[in-house]
Amino acid sequence: MADTSVKDPQVKKAEPLFGKAERKLLVDPLNDNNPITVQVLGICSALAVTSLVYPSVVMAVSVIFVTAFANLFTSILRNYIPKQVRMIVQLVIIASLVTMVELTLRYLNYPIYKQLSVYIGLIITNCIVMGRLEAFAMANKPWRSFIDGIGNGLGYGVILIMVGIVREIFGKGSLFAGSPIELKIIGATDAYMIDTTQSVLFGWYANNNLMVLPAAAMFLIGIFIWIQRSYNQKLVDVS
Amino acid sequence: MHSTKYVVIFVLILTSTVAVLLAGFREITKEGAERNEDIFNKRAILLAVEDYLGDGVKVNNLADGEVLNIFDTQVKQVTLNAQGQPIEDGGVKAEDIDMAKEKKKPESERKLPLFIYESGGEKYYIVSVRGTGLWDEIWGNIALKSDLNTVAGAAFDHKGETPGLGAEIKDNPTFAEQFKGRTIYDNGAYVSVNVRKGGAVDKEHEVDGISGATVTANGVSDMLYKGIKAYEPYFKTLK
Repeated sequence: MADTSVKDPQVKKAEPLFGKAERKLLVDPLNDNNPITVQVLGICSALAVTSLVYPSVVMAVSVIFVTAFANLFTSILRNYIPKQVRMIVQLVIIASLVTMVELTLRYLNYPIYKQLSVYIGLIITNCIVMGRLEAFAMANKPWRSFIDGIGNGLGYGVILIMVGIVREIFGKGSLFAGSPIELKIIGATDAYMIDTTQSVLFGWYANNNLMVLPAAAMFLIGIFIWIQRSYNQKLVDVS
Repeated sequence: MHSTKYVVIFVLILTSTVAVLLAGFREITKEGAERNEDIFNKRAILLAVEDYLGDGVKVNNLADGEVLNIFDTQVKQVTLNAQGQPIEDGGVKAEDIDMAKEKKKPESERKLPLFIYESGGEKYYIVSVRGTGLWDEIWGNIALKSDLNTVAGAAFDHKGETPGLGAEIKDNPTFAEQFKGRTIYDNGAYVSVNVRKGGAVDKEHEVDGISGATVTANGVSDMLYKGIKAYEPYFKTLK
């Protein structure tokens, strides 16, 4: 992605550009502090857009872009933003970034823009973005905020894509449908790798219609949370 | 705490900067986005005559330029008024008619787009129809052979039908496939093509419904009946 190469000129040489603290900011949201499975934020879009992998990837990239740059700009302005209107200012920043994402998608890939429809616009209301601005960017330097944004966007995106992979394989029998690298895995015509009308082993197989519905994403996210908690000791509630 | 004056000035500067940036960005991407939308709509129209585009040609595999080229060279556009009379020069071009807006007008003021695709000496009449599914609008393009009775192909789309159920009118190619070869007249009487719950009985004028999507299927039946009927006066003049 192009946005990872943006460097902030304000970072002084005495501090390493990518030290332990930055690494923690980037890696923590992937597991220990995942926005979806631990903080349970951004669920709405995680249920809505994950029936196919390709839109999930586009959504993930869009959210990474928005969280990263909203964090960056808010952090740059943090000492100038009047406290009385800080949330409105944050919203203006988020909304303009989301509008830019929307315009870019319309320009680059109209079919996927049509498919994601309102959910791109709804990134504005994604709690992850606002949450990071309030909790992190308002109190930290731009470069670190930027990394934190990428980390949280990635944490969101990873879950989105994982849910998308399971839902698409079991719901549609394909992977990356709609993209140039579409894989047809299992289905009832000879276009698929495993043709259920011919195969002896998989003759019984049919796509699971539940997987196409948003409810399936709810169950999957629940299962992911379960798996994650059963091996990650830090998340076990001691009380 | 900042003074009220500071807050007002800060917000004014922020919003005007954002407004200028976004307006500029939109202006830059506008032309490309409009072109994308145009191609997207034209692909949807050509999808109805996919079988007659040439051997093994798939609409989704055509390059953007090819789509525009087919439209320029092989498609004749006619705009009809609500009485089924062609509107000569001065009216809007058929491709510029927004069916969503037309549907909101009173029936007597609607304009109807008709696309006549010519290939190998044969003419195919593509009509646009629009109706209501379960949750939101559904629409489609139906191609009729030159006898103005046999369906040559159909393609549907929707705004927000349930994935896996109503959305199958678009996602499941076998649904639209069924319409091919069906006829809209029964011994000279207009009957349209009906989507029947539980499976087609009359193989001439009916297609199989989708289990779990009765309301959407009824919506399709209704849309086809009313939609194609609107073109009837014009088709009579051609016979």
